[in-house]
Amino acid sequence: MPSSDRTIELISSEISGGKSTAQTVAARSLDAAERLNGELNAFLQIDRVGALRRAKGLDEGAGAGGALRGVPVALKDNICVRGMQATCGSSILAGYHPPYDATVTERLNAAGAVVVGKTNCDEFAMGSSNENSAYGPVRNPWDTRRVPGGSSGGSAAAVAARIVPAALGSETGGSVRQPAALCGIVGVKPTYGRVSRYGLVAFGSSLDQVSVFGLTVRDAALVLRTIAGRDERDSTTADVEVPDYVAGLGGDLKGARIGVPRALFGEGLDADVRARVEGAVDAYRDLGAEVVDVELPHAKYSIAVYYIIATAEASSNLARYDGVRYGFRAEDPKDLREMYRRTREEGFGAEVKRRIMLGTYVLSSGYYDAYYLKAQQVRTLIQRDFLSAFETCDAVLTPTTPTPAFRLGEKTDDPLSMYLSDIYTCMANLAGIPGVSVPCGLTPSGLPVGFQLMGRHWGEPDILRLAHAYEQAHPLAERPGVMAE
Amino acid sequence: MPITESDIKKIASLAHLEITDEELRTLAPQVAAIVAYVEQLNELDTSAVEPAIGGMTPEGERTRAVREDATRPSLGQELALEQAPEPAHGHFRVPKVIASSEEKENF
Repeated sequence: MPSSDRTIELISSEISGGKSTAQTVAARSLDAAERLNGELNAFLQIDRVGALRRAKGLDEGAGAGGALRGVPVALKDNICVRGMQATCGSSILAGYHPPYDATVTERLNAAGAVVVGKTNCDEFAMGSSNENSAYGPVRNPWDTRRVPGGSSGGSAAAVAARIVPAALGSETGGSVRQPAALCGIVGVKPTYGRVSRYGLVAFGSSLDQVSVFGLTVRDAALVLRTIAGRDERDSTTADVEVPDYVAGLGGDLKGARIGVPRALFGEGLDADVRARVEGAVDAYRDLGAEVVDVELPHAKYSIAVYYIIATAEASSNLARYDGVRYGFRAEDPKDLREMYRRTREEGFGAEVKRRIMLGTYVLSSGYYDAYYLKAQQVRTLIQRDFLSAFETCDAVLTPTTPTPAFRLGEKTDDPLSMYLSDIYTCMANLAGIPGVSVPCGLTPSGLPVGFQLMGRHWGEPDILRLAHAYEQAHPLAERPGVMAE
Repeated sequence: MPITESDIKKIASLAHLEITDEELRTLAPQVAAIVAYVEQLNELDTSAVEPAIGGMTPEGERTRAVREDATRPSLGQELALEQAPEPAHGHFRVPKVIASSEEKENF
């Protein structure tokens, strides 16, 4: 890792060694956020006053001993931070300020982190390009004519541009791993039930999971260790001990087995992406791991299963945006029903409406068994594919995305082709297993490529250790064109 | 099953969405294409497969995400009303809900 990268590791050692202060670090991050936001549109809110006040408190002794003391972080705008907005990239929540902190926010704060801002995202986390934000698209720091991926595109761009060393996003079908790959950084989606969703705005409740971006695997592991664990306020969190993901990094890969589902390396996979990912497979062999073939016969149904389950759950979760209790309300409705309809018509964007429509259709009377139940049954088959693959390997390796970052506007007229951007990622969400995307070089035209490792339920230590070994051997040498000085 | 514009209108009404004629023209073929795509699941016989509801424990069991249905401290009235578009007298004010008899047909 070139010394120019201000990782959490570096920032922490500077602050604890007295070479820098939380205020200096926060100011540097805020300056970069403000300077680059015209180009990237990564932030929807930059909290200079709050972040500097917080940093001053830390410099005066607050939060002593915290693992993230003085580390600037950014949170996707669907995660609640008291005193800051949470628009979810939607007009329907314009100006909304949640009255409480998400559990992940509390845990970051308790560890001494400094929240510098809220990041742009696809509206209600629905999208793969960040073009569905009501506040304009985010641009990729490697090529501002291209998308950063989505839905957590703002957090990905903020980390890739070295504005913050780590950021939180959320995943329902790949919304952290996919933008991590397109922006050349690390993205980790934990096991379903690993991290509390209290204070994360709900999209697809059987899939949603708060997820982490980092410049390095170590940084991502450290942030995950900070936010993971049982929370009484989210009954889907499991009472499973949180291992020290950072301490587990290192060691050789002798005996490790990487499963490669060759059938997924065919149709639709960009040749440059394939070449880089094949290079990663070879690299694991060189590092002493054994590479084995695995089969995931039902993986090809992932997108179909995903778009039934996610839209059905979204149509139910988004019923709450009705103009009654918070957020936007349409002007002068003549009665209650018109208020609901016009509030939602004027407040939601096209993709959100499309998904609410699709979800309402698949759940409507007479169709439940044919769509939602059927999808949940095929989901079981996908889970079984993975359980069987993990009998012969420790992690399944695939490309993270079928193509590198595409141009703004390239897929906006064809929802289905946009959905296919998640073809490799959404299977982990369906199976409930963890996944990590790791940069593995650039295409000849200079765009980042990522591969992903998917592990057993609660197998974060395995995939993080494998990811770290690759990263140590093959760190990404290049840097994006748009980044902090 | 082909999806028509009248199906789309009905779904929009169920979802409390008011859609414009232009949206109707773009949404109908898009939703139809997505539904046609997801119908590939019908290739699979799943009659003997359990649906996947819930997470997995480290022991490979399905998690049961239920908690006791008990009261607990919450935000409180003042905070809960703080973000309301139209709070009034400690409540959320909304347009009239009960229609007069001649208006009822429209409900």
